[in-house]
Amino acid sequence: MTANRVSYTLDSSLQSVNMAEETAQLIAAKAGFDEDNCLRISMAVREAAVNAVLHGNAYDPKKKVTVAFENTGQALVIRITDEGKGLDVNNVPDPTTPENLLKQSGRGIFLMRSFMDEVRVRLLQPGTEVTMIKNVSGPAADHKEASK
Amino acid sequence: MSMKTSTRQVDGITIVDLSGRITLGEGSVLLRDVVRDLVTKGQRKILLNLGDVTYIDSSGIGELVSAFTTVRNQGGELKLLNLTKKVHDLLQITKLYTVFDVKDDEAAAVAAFK
Repeated sequence: MTANRVSYTLDSSLQSVNMAEETAQLIAAKAGFDEDNCLRISMAVREAAVNAVLHGNAYDPKKKVTVAFENTGQALVIRITDEGKGLDVNNVPDPTTPENLLKQSGRGIFLMRSFMDEVRVRLLQPGTEVTMIKNVSGPAADHKEASK
Repeated sequence: MSMKTSTRQVDGITIVDLSGRITLGEGSVLLRDVVRDLVTKGQRKILLNLGDVTYIDSSGIGELVSAFTTVRNQGGELKLLNLTKKVHDLLQITKLYTVFDVKDDEAAAVAAFK
């Protein structure tokens, strides 16, 4: 894995969500992740991009989403930033508890955390920055969800 | 690849064959419309065949949950058929696998409706 970084500034649209997902898939494969982990990474990116476009920027054409990929050599670090009102992750309930299991929404952050080794959410003024890290190798990489 | 659906009847059970991606936007809206249309027409024994579904995101999972509760609230039953490994894993991670009645054989699935 060689160190490099690439960043995209995208419109607040569903096309941007698809583009972010497809780009994540390509970059993860190029970084050497296997097929299953490429899928997990691209799904996590899709969920973060949906949050940014839908819940953050609320499809506002004046607001942009930034998606940055950095290959550090030890990990793939992905940062997704929106310009919306900000997401308080402490107010996102656990979607796997019995009272939330049949709710239609609220699984995006849970899936991001299930698929990635680390997920950090930082409130900006305005906006939200989500940083997701997938280590090149490690005990959590392949069997994290199986242990839950 | 966007999602496609086709509907058929087997022994009084409505089987919806889905293919492609069930994701935010077109795919999840189509699934919602198909299930609501069936329920409106009084068809309340529904089997969703997900064998050719290549991808599903959290919005798609939400639509499956919504379809399940919509049919159940009308006194009906909705079951899932032929999960791919990707969809199976997603339902396990989200702990929804035990909520849905999941089958891998169409004839057995049809017979399982009350």
